Amino acid sequence: MFQRFRENRGLQGFLLILPTLIVMIALLVIPLIMTVITSFGQRNADGGVIYTFTLENYWRLAGFTPEGWDDLYLRILLRSLWLALQTTIIVILMAFPLAYFIARAPERRRNFYLFLVLIPLWTNFVIRIYAWVMILRGQGVLNSTLGMFAGMLNLPFQPFDFYPSQGAVLIGMVYEFLPFMILPIYTSLEKIEPNLYEAAADLYANPVRTFFRVTVPLSMPGVVAGTILTFVPVIGTFVVSDILGGRQVILVGNLVQNQFLSARNPPFGSAASIILLLFTLALTLYYTRRFGLGEEIAAG
Amino acid sequence: MSARRQSPWVVLSAILVYIFLYAPIVVLIVFSFNSSRTNVVFEGVVNQGPCGPFFWYCEFFKNDDVMDATRNTLTIALTSTFFSTIIGTMAALALQRYNFRGRNASETMLYFPIVTPEIVMGIGILVLFSASFGWINSLLALAPDRRLTMGMGTVIVSHIAFSIPFVTLVVRARLHGFDNRLEEAAMDLGANELTTFRKVTLPLIAPGVLAGAMLAFTLSLDDFIITFFTTGPGATTLPIYVYGLLRRIVTPEVNALSTIWILVVLIVVGISQWFQNRE
Repeated sequence: MFQRFRENRGLQGFLLILPTLIVMIALLVIPLIMTVITSFGQRNADGGVIYTFTLENYWRLAGFTPEGWDDLYLRILLRSLWLALQTTIIVILMAFPLAYFIARAPERRRNFYLFLVLIPLWTNFVIRIYAWVMILRGQGVLNSTLGMFAGMLNLPFQPFDFYPSQGAVLIGMVYEFLPFMILPIYTSLEKIEPNLYEAAADLYANPVRTFFRVTVPLSMPGVVAGTILTFVPVIGTFVVSDILGGRQVILVGNLVQNQFLSARNPPFGSAASIILLLFTLALTLYYTRRFGLGEEIAAG
Repeated sequence: MSARRQSPWVVLSAILVYIFLYAPIVVLIVFSFNSSRTNVVFEGVVNQGPCGPFFWYCEFFKNDDVMDATRNTLTIALTSTFFSTIIGTMAALALQRYNFRGRNASETMLYFPIVTPEIVMGIGILVLFSASFGWINSLLALAPDRRLTMGMGTVIVSHIAFSIPFVTLVVRARLHGFDNRLEEAAMDLGANELTTFRKVTLPLIAPGVLAGAMLAFTLSLDDFIITFFTTGPGATTLPIYVYGLLRRIVTPEVNALSTIWILVVLIVVGISQWFQNRE
């Protein structure tokens, strides 16, 4: 009976994946094609789109505007890349010790520790950033705590201006994406055989050497997956910079959002969106080729 | 890994990272008892009306806008989780167990949303819906009250689309160690395909499907960007509502809501953990 069904397995498989294909084509492929078409168009007076073929929007992004050279958009792109890079590095440095701690904890406690990492994610993305506003603003929790300590020590205290600033945006980004680095690194570290540590110790490697020669190389798949899960959303988000940057920190995401909602120039916003996509794809492709495929994205 | 004593530096940095993760949550909860409406400085515990210190919690339940947003958020999350779990599980089965033409192309397409910035997907869907709704409305010359607009439908459909790849990934991870011989054995013993699926395949992949569904649900609850571009009148979700408030004043009702939210999630996860441990 099984043999008889085997002949149809190609068709069975195709039928199983068909709904996914329909959804992906309708809501990913066609929208992307339409974004590309729109990016070659022009705006009309009331924020609609005239479908023509012009490269004007892309030239403007590259700095060649009808009014002359303007590197505004190039600077926005570089700022976004730089912020994404900073965020990713800080997140790796913070995630590693915690993931290492969880992976080496007694087995029955590991799930509890992981659970503690996940709970903050179940509040809401926007609410978490709002919590940072409460902490960082002039009269906020951080300044009043610092002021209290200064008062106890009889030191003069001038409240800091943490918010809004680029630093506040960086803190918010690190906070939002830290769990997405901890989980994949943990998954990689957890798979390391204890024998390997014993072998390293038997061969007279000290703990530092063991860490850099055994732990770090074997955690790389997790770091690669975590980097993709951090870098891609950071470079495309506009909410964190909008709220914690007080509209002074403009990233590519803010540019795209503004063109669609306030400036009412969908063609230019589409062009910016396509450039953002190409950059992200090129970077992730290079990164996964260079450091191996991020198989452990699944774990995140 | 062996569970031996950890270096104090590792323990210390782990504690510091946990403090960083929980500081905002603690602030959120503490300020839900604030007596100041503007919610900038903590001016002491509120004690007002019949609810006393839980004043803002009662205000939250009286606030129609917040309640509507909560209802919309849950409707969207439950509906999109239901569909994306079914569709995503089917795709996982297809990719892991079957060979068919276009398999590699399907696989690439499925991973594409994960490396696509959310805003690009959101913008694309907005462009698609606004253009096609415009065409359909003028083509059919629909009356103003029957025109297609952005709303719950567009948000749900978009959430289904971005959740499917994550469900598929999680279910596939579970299928990875699946022993095909179990199904063959069932069929050798006379079970047909449907019975085999119901009695053998489904129980084995159920934990993966459940994990996928929970991930889809979490992603949907948490989503801001795609919802932001696909929402319309009558489909305000909590993140959208709070984002709107941030331009004005956020009252402690939002903190009360977040506190309730965390408690509900803890209870739900606690119950599911308890069930899993019992098995």
